Amino acid sequence: MSNARERIFRRLQQAETGIQIDYDSTFTTNIEMTKAERIAHFCERMTSVSAEVHVTAKDQWLTKLKGIVKEKQLNNLLYAAEGPLGDALTATWTDEDLPPLISKSADIDEWKDELFFGIDAAITSSRAGIAETGTLVIWPTEQEPRTYSLVPPIHIAVLYSDRLYTSFEETIKKEQWRGGMPSNVLLISGPSKSADIEQTLAYGVHGPTELIVLLISE
Amino acid sequence: MQQTVDFQNRSHNALGDPQIRKNFRSAMDGLIQKRRQAFPEREALEQLRWKGEKIKANALSKLPALLAQLEENCVKNGIQVHWAETVEEANHIVLDIMNRHDAKQLIKGKSMVSEEMDLNHFLEQHGIECLESDLGEFIIQLINEKPSHIIAPAIHMNRLQVAKLFNEKFPEIPYTDDVDTMTRNARDILRRKFYEAPVGLSGVNFAVAETGTLCLVENEGNGRMCATVPQVHIAVTGIEKVVEKLSDIPTLLRLLTRSATGQPITTYFNMINAPRQSGEKDGPKEVHLVLLDNGRSRIFQDAELISTLRCIRCGACMNNCPVYARIGGHAYGTTIPGPIGSILEPQKSGLDELGDLPTASTLCGACAEVCPVRIPIPKLLNRLRFEKNRTDETGSVKGAGSGREWKEATLWKLWQILHATPPLYRIGVKIITRLRGLMPTQLGPWTSVRKAPRIAKKSLHELAQEEGFDHE
Ligand code: SF4
Repeated sequence: MSNARERIFRRLQQAETGIQIDYDSTFTTNIEMTKAERIAHFCERMTSVSAEVHVTAKDQWLTKLKGIVKEKQLNNLLYAAEGPLGDALTATWTDEDLPPLISKSADIDEWKDELFFGIDAAITSSRAGIAETGTLVIWPTEQEPRTYSLVPPIHIAVLYSDRLYTSFEETIKKEQWRGGMPSNVLLISGPSKSADIEQTLAYGVHGPTELIVLLISE
Repeated sequence: MQQTVDFQNRSHNALGDPQIRKNFRSAMDGLIQKRRQAFPEREALEQLRWKGEKIKANALSKLPALLAQLEENCVKNGIQVHWAETVEEANHIVLDIMNRHDAKQLIKGKSMVSEEMDLNHFLEQHGIECLESDLGEFIIQLINEKPSHIIAPAIHMNRLQVAKLFNEKFPEIPYTDDVDTMTRNARDILRRKFYEAPVGLSGVNFAVAETGTLCLVENEGNGRMCATVPQVHIAVTGIEKVVEKLSDIPTLLRLLTRSATGQPITTYFNMINAPRQSGEKDGPKEVHLVLLDNGRSRIFQDAELISTLRCIRCGACMNNCPVYARIGGHAYGTTIPGPIGSILEPQKSGLDELGDLPTASTLCGACAEVCPVRIPIPKLLNRLRFEKNRTDETGSVKGAGSGREWKEATLWKLWQILHATPPLYRIGVKIITRLRGLMPTQLGPWTSVRKAPRIAKKSLHELAQEEGFDHE
């Protein structure tokens, strides 16, 4: 098919006009927010799309998480033992009445069945958050694979508020995404949804039916 | 001009179908309202649209260089890049990939380019099952229909029609017309398919040249499923989807989701940079990008019509179009309906085939007013009307001049001579006014709903003279 490539390029090059378009392609918006505003806005946006947000403190989030897990009567919780939250979870998951923590080191292909039909919920870290739109930035790694935030019916994400930026523009710039991104970067703003039937909003289509954010405020 | 007849028949039928009229009207009203609320400040919106236009115009001004850069960066990241000049080529590229993996099933996320390719039909002829996984696409696939809207494919159906259809196709599931339950049922049916499918296919909303990133915008998570779970992911897109910089993306995303559904952002914005890397535990092992031309490089050659290629497929022009809202998407008979379809599709297929579509507009200007990348749609509709009737051979548009009729052309020629020659004009007007009794009362479609105009006894000139006006 290299011929197709050549022919397409030839036609495009023939027609090129050399016109220069002038515009400012830097990361700019005129939105500014203080930290408190960022947190408030993030929570407001997230809850407006039916996500649950719990603002909590550094030494409190595990207790909060345990409460949620019990309240939702989860049968298990998938986590990345080697990931950023791994040690804290492994160390404190000792209460008798908690469902088991599940961690996997094999490729998904080897336990796909369990992932699709056996896991109730997964917990992941977040690389960043965006206040304006109420968005989590998920940055999958070898330890925390991409499907954790996609396949299980409930996704729980932990976000540190010092990583909460005002806009998408600011996030890309401050985090220097141009310098390198993982295989897949995801912006997640709520549980999966559809309005394809009569424009009526329904939550829980193909991705998680519930999104729970633990926002660590200090 | 079979297409013309078809288009008129389809429009006629749609106009006479109260269900279609009602379904579209209420859906369009909702979408218009949501978009308006998403852009509360007029000034800010205009600035954003202006920037959107520049971003896409800039990308088009450097298209060959950016495509080469995109290819280079994708390949560096491990994405395999394929080029297709025609839909046949694109279909064969997909088929080859399927065959190489001995794959008999393809799970699809929403992709208008795959509709343009008529991919499902093609693959099915080769014994491959294609399954649409976007809820709207899933619904219409059950009845073998095409999308009637680019953002909401099943917008022409209401809840009860969908409920009835589900009940017919899945009799084992108890009847329900509750939207939540129907959505949940579709989730259960498709979950197994995501789990099984060896290959997934999706479109691309933006492709970033400087990083080799493929961006996908969606709410349901089916696009992520298609691009994450199967061992192979194929992304198909048009060559006009490339943008230069990562910093172009937030503006376009802002414009796209707000213009389309009024959302500040969609649930998922998926940025794909590479297939599964060694050490990673999931993601497709192969990612393919198929770049389709299919007439785009031809549109690219015309300094005015090139702006057609700025489109980011938000659907706002159709939502706000008084014609689309009344006849619905299927009447157009093309992959992309509505105002953008009426300028894009005739350029692709030729004015000889789809030359009627540019006339399916009142030129009210609503489309250009809402378009996030400021495509001057009415101006381009007019341009294509002109192209359809032009006599010289210089037009680059396919099928230019095909609509010219000698009767009409002669009439206008006479009109021109008459008006440029005063004595002739005076005699001509005299004759016409005196012979006004011969004026036919039936004038084709014009008189099907109107009375034929009647010529006055005396011309304005004569009346004015009688009143004592002189020539000055
Ligand atoms: S032409 Fe403009 S308004 Fe219409 S779909 Fe394309 S971007 Fe949206």
